[in-house]
Amino acid sequence: MVETATHDAHATSTGLSNVKLGMWLFLGSECLLFGGLISTYMLYRGRVSDGPTPEQIYDIPFTSVSSFVLLMSSLTMVLAVSAAHKRDDRGTNLWLTVTALLGATFVGGQVYEFTAFYNEGLGFTTSLFGSSFYTLTGFHGVHVTVGIIMLLAFVAINKRSRVPGSKSESVEMIGLYWHFVDIVWIIIFTLVYLIPV
Amino acid sequence: MSTRGYIVIALILAAITALEVSTYYVDFGPLFLPSLLIMMVIKFVMVVSYFMHLKFDNKLFSWLFYTGLFLAVGVYITALATFQFFLR
Repeated sequence: MVETATHDAHATSTGLSNVKLGMWLFLGSECLLFGGLISTYMLYRGRVSDGPTPEQIYDIPFTSVSSFVLLMSSLTMVLAVSAAHKRDDRGTNLWLTVTALLGATFVGGQVYEFTAFYNEGLGFTTSLFGSSFYTLTGFHGVHVTVGIIMLLAFVAINKRSRVPGSKSESVEMIGLYWHFVDIVWIIIFTLVYLIPV
Repeated sequence: MSTRGYIVIALILAAITALEVSTYYVDFGPLFLPSLLIMMVIKFVMVVSYFMHLKFDNKLFSWLFYTGLFLAVGVYITALATFQFFLR
């Protein structure tokens, strides 16, 4: 895996792929973004002047299923990366499409959850809890959506055999981004949903 | 890593998630918070190490990622402490 990933990196001063270095640097900086959003939620989750409280509104069984779906999408993503390194185009496209479908299921669940919460009286400006909850989970949902667009765009380009540069490295970069949104959700699921106020 | 290896990792992650969800229904007493946080960290490290291949890749990638991660943890724990979050 590493051999293929660094195949195009011989010309760089580090001997490593600059694309991969850039991606890890980006993911490191994303930790600061989500750290800020999670901390803000932790500070404001008990500030409910109006509307429902977290305990009244969270649907743990539903969110658990969503979390499981996103977790399994990480498995299909890593299978796509593995197929790409074996130069198996069919397998790569198949696993990337399955990953996108699982991601879309997760985002669909989030849209359903937001709609249910809104109908139960939790708007974006109802309380500090509502604002911080929607901002945090909304930012995460946008990241998942961007990931789905990247997955489907790659499949479309790959089917036309128009992927520039190393194909396996491109899939690996999309994979790193996808796994990152998964690990962010691992933290959100525990700190936001499972730990009571 | 083989396909079988990835599936085993995914099954372990699924089992830990099931255990996490069980804390919502079963009273773990004083172990509730520490066990949840430990399970969260185990899942995080497993995905980063095996699915993101950081365990097998060049150490420079680990440095770049963990620098951002620990910087974020340090900065925001300090920020939360400033707002007396841990004294509540």
